[in-house]
Amino acid sequence: MHRLFLIPTLLINCLIILIPACLTILLAFYSWDGMSSPRFIGFGNFVTLWNDRIFWRAFQNNLIWTAIFLTIPIAMGLLAATMLLVARRGRTFFQVIYFLPVVIATVITARIWQGMIFSPVTGIFGYLQDLGLPIINPLSKTSMALYGVATVDLWHWWGFLCVIFFAALRQVPAEQIEAARIEGATFFQMMRYVLLPGIRPTIILMMIMTVIWSFLVFDFVYILTQGGPAFSSEVLSTMAYRKAFYDLNVGQAAATSLVISLFGLVATYFYIRVQTQEGEA
Amino acid sequence: MSLIESRLTMAITYTVLGVLTFVTLFPIALLVLNAVKASPEIVQNPLALPSVLRWDNFTRAWDDARFGTTLLNSAKLTALTIVLVCTTGSATAYVLARKKVKSWKIVTFYLLATTTAPIQLFLFPLYFGFARLGLINNIFAVALVYTAIWSPFAVMLMRTYFLAIPKEMEEAALVDGATPWQVFSKIMLPMASPGILTVALIIGLYSWNEFLISTTFLQQQDKLTAVVSFFLLSGQYSSDWGEIMAAALIIVLPVVILFVALQRRFIEGMAGGSVKG
Repeated sequence: MHRLFLIPTLLINCLIILIPACLTILLAFYSWDGMSSPRFIGFGNFVTLWNDRIFWRAFQNNLIWTAIFLTIPIAMGLLAATMLLVARRGRTFFQVIYFLPVVIATVITARIWQGMIFSPVTGIFGYLQDLGLPIINPLSKTSMALYGVATVDLWHWWGFLCVIFFAALRQVPAEQIEAARIEGATFFQMMRYVLLPGIRPTIILMMIMTVIWSFLVFDFVYILTQGGPAFSSEVLSTMAYRKAFYDLNVGQAAATSLVISLFGLVATYFYIRVQTQEGEA
Repeated sequence: MSLIESRLTMAITYTVLGVLTFVTLFPIALLVLNAVKASPEIVQNPLALPSVLRWDNFTRAWDDARFGTTLLNSAKLTALTIVLVCTTGSATAYVLARKKVKSWKIVTFYLLATTTAPIQLFLFPLYFGFARLGLINNIFAVALVYTAIWSPFAVMLMRTYFLAIPKEMEEAALVDGATPWQVFSKIMLPMASPGILTVALIIGLYSWNEFLISTTFLQQQDKLTAVVSFFLLSGQYSSDWGEIMAAALIIVLPVVILFVALQRRFIEGMAGGSVKG
């Protein structure tokens, strides 16, 4: 009887995710334009990717992205969360403010930064240029485009981590903190020996999620630069999307997706391990 | 818990929090400020206050982004997704929370795995499959895709609310001869309703803001969502930033008002779904 309760969720999930995901795995070994009948080419798509300079560029950008998001937003989130713990007034106020960018649609966030900040014509950067400052739109420079996009995502993202870390910090037993104070611990000792170890599971979980999300990043890159200029900010997911819907090379798109998923899979393994361990405890 | 700190520590703390508040609010302030400014004034100085309030930015944005249609589409899509996720998800969450079936471990494991599955892993076959079946530009089909993607998260979150309901409630009803369906719908569901409301809010937020799926599956002019319509508008008329910011504000304002009014629910829900609460 109770099995029936599971059917709707599992049915929708299988039809939308599981079956198409299996088809993607198959498609990665075929050459297909989306219309005519697929042609089996073995590892052909993977060989093409291996020899594709843009693929390696995109791959490298995903790694850079992961490195950025494993450090800067987590550090910002932790800093702000500990500050919230010290501050006793205005906690809710600050949390609501920091969380605001999370609830704004990515398209809108992207356009605000593009038009109102980075733009040399209508943005703050253009205004500063007029004042004589040597500042340029990062999105138009091959050496900076990826970092420009990352800045926008950072602004959108760090508040989420802050709120999560703050929630975790409040669970650290008060006696531990009291004991450390009586021993005369400084702020940094308090961080190092009491607070950070206290929320270690949360930090690890967020780091695992960061790795997964970093390989999925799509919206901001697609909206702000389409992977350009000259593929300098291309990531694997925008590359796969372009191959499928612009080049109509669905086989190669599928192969690229498999590469993304492989990295996600390793992180997912750790994610499930951490989640189920906590569930049992 | 409270830390009693010296004046200096407090000063540093509030300076840091203040700087971060400024960084967060600055782009949002630019959005609001320039939504009521004339285009030439934005070019001159995006920071200056408007000399005249240009409310016509909003009327032009409303017409050009065809918000009359697209906002309605977004609302339909959001409502459908919420209903689908909450109905199918709550039943699953209840069964998994109470370990009602032997396979609860496998199902939980499978759902956890799909929360982290990249959209690209299933997007391409799904698109071409939907195209064959004539499901492109179909709002219900997109709601189904959203349901598949977000219900694992929703199930995990609702599960924690079902776990918090005392077992005795259920046992008493069973003794009185209630069927499993009655136990679920008459007792468990009402008691978990705060959790389901939280899930509804978050899923609503997600589907209102979603871009990748909706831009791929809804391409016909009269089926676009507000966010995709905004995306096209801001690409097309990229010179008139006053109008673009006005359009952005129309989409963002209801979300921000709802968020500020119900912030506790939003924050606890979003944090609780990804971290065990």
